[in-house]
Amino acid sequence: MSKLRLGMYCAAGCGGCDISLLEIHEHLLDVIAVADIAFWPAATDFKYADIEALPDGDIDVCFVNGAIRNTENTHIAKLLRAKSKVLVAYGACSAFGGVPGLANLYPVREVIDRAFTTPSTDAPTGQRPSASATHSDGSSVGLPAINGTVTSLGDIVAVDYTLPGCPPATDRVWEVIQAIASGQLPGAPAIVGAGSKSVCDDCRLEKKGTRISKFVRSHEIVAEDGRCLLEQGIVCMGPATRSGCGGQCTDALMPCRGCFGPAGDSIDQGAAMVAALGTVIDSEDEAVIRETISQVVDPAGTFYAFTLATSVLGRARTANPEEEVRS
Amino acid sequence: MTDSTYEPRILGILCTWCSYSGADGAGQARVAYPPNVEVVRVMCSGRVDPTFIISALADGADGVLVCGCHPGDCHYINGNCKATARMTVLSAMLEQLGIEPERVRLEWISAAESTRYAELVAEMTEQVRALGPLDWSPRKKVEAL
Repeated sequence: MSKLRLGMYCAAGCGGCDISLLEIHEHLLDVIAVADIAFWPAATDFKYADIEALPDGDIDVCFVNGAIRNTENTHIAKLLRAKSKVLVAYGACSAFGGVPGLANLYPVREVIDRAFTTPSTDAPTGQRPSASATHSDGSSVGLPAINGTVTSLGDIVAVDYTLPGCPPATDRVWEVIQAIASGQLPGAPAIVGAGSKSVCDDCRLEKKGTRISKFVRSHEIVAEDGRCLLEQGIVCMGPATRSGCGGQCTDALMPCRGCFGPAGDSIDQGAAMVAALGTVIDSEDEAVIRETISQVVDPAGTFYAFTLATSVLGRARTANPEEEVRS
Repeated sequence: MTDSTYEPRILGILCTWCSYSGADGAGQARVAYPPNVEVVRVMCSGRVDPTFIISALADGADGVLVCGCHPGDCHYINGNCKATARMTVLSAMLEQLGIEPERVRLEWISAAESTRYAELVAEMTEQVRALGPLDWSPRKKVEAL
């Protein structure tokens, strides 16, 4: 039997997903025994021209991590879809837009201005990136244009499997790779490397049904071990988040941030979290309930930390949300 | 931006015990009020999943009005307390997403408050009319690509 051909690409991501694939450690040797790396810019030297030269469907399984933020991401996503038999959205950004998707809270011009006016940016004349530049020798180079809205991989091309997480949990990654190698993947499309219940289902901390009278942020208190973080007043996304990570964050007494996306059949993680918070307040007084729930800081950024781009609304309603940012 | 032919479409989600009876009473008493609220009856305001509201806004509703029993009067003891918490934080979240708080309201209507219900519908219809069409479903455009 010929060896499997695997690919891995990083679109608008942080590189953590590439690292998470390396985190299977010595199992990489087992992977290389049954598979060749057809394309993985983070690990080996490939050029886009190498991908363009491949026949369609040449890559057996291609993992794509990172959100779709610019025209380069869109182009490569389409290219890899054509060249791959099976395309996997790897990680929260690729699956749901991830943290880059939070840029959808602002008009794209505001995002660019923010990026180029922070104290660490040296842009004394207020310059912004331009689509092309000409060198002194007359040659020119181009930059990809920013898309008006951050989307997931699945919004651009058909995705066969989604492997959620920021980054995906190492044990789950290894299980999925074994399933690929042995031809045991479920029918597509499917979510792999994750459970179907919520993070609370796997969390070792105990829920007692205690209600709360105050919300706190995780840096404001030292959480008590063994007790549900939400019942200690910390906004923990566990109830609204798909299981599969094994409760890694809550095991270390840090609240779940929701990187596995909405649990079960839920279509909107933010709405699911709003629903969950409705039941935790220890009061039947309308004013007290309103005052207590209003202590939750930045609800949109917290409840949609990884899934704004694929939420029901998808982006904030602002003036000129997708206004062209450069000439 | 609002033209004279614009009529707001508002989804009403009413609890069956108090608010739906109140709305029913408004009809039986032949109280005149705007026809802009399209009503869905649920067992309790505590049954209203925030997903319903967000989905309605993405599917073309210009506003959503949720009505339940007054605090202390809930048929299920505290369903309206849960609705209070959810609607408060949902409203804050939707404001970050650029959707005005006036478009998504939680109000208490008892079975005896038919007139109050009619006034509420008239008031909210005019508020939403002043805000204009919501017309915000960017996800649907993405999915259509």
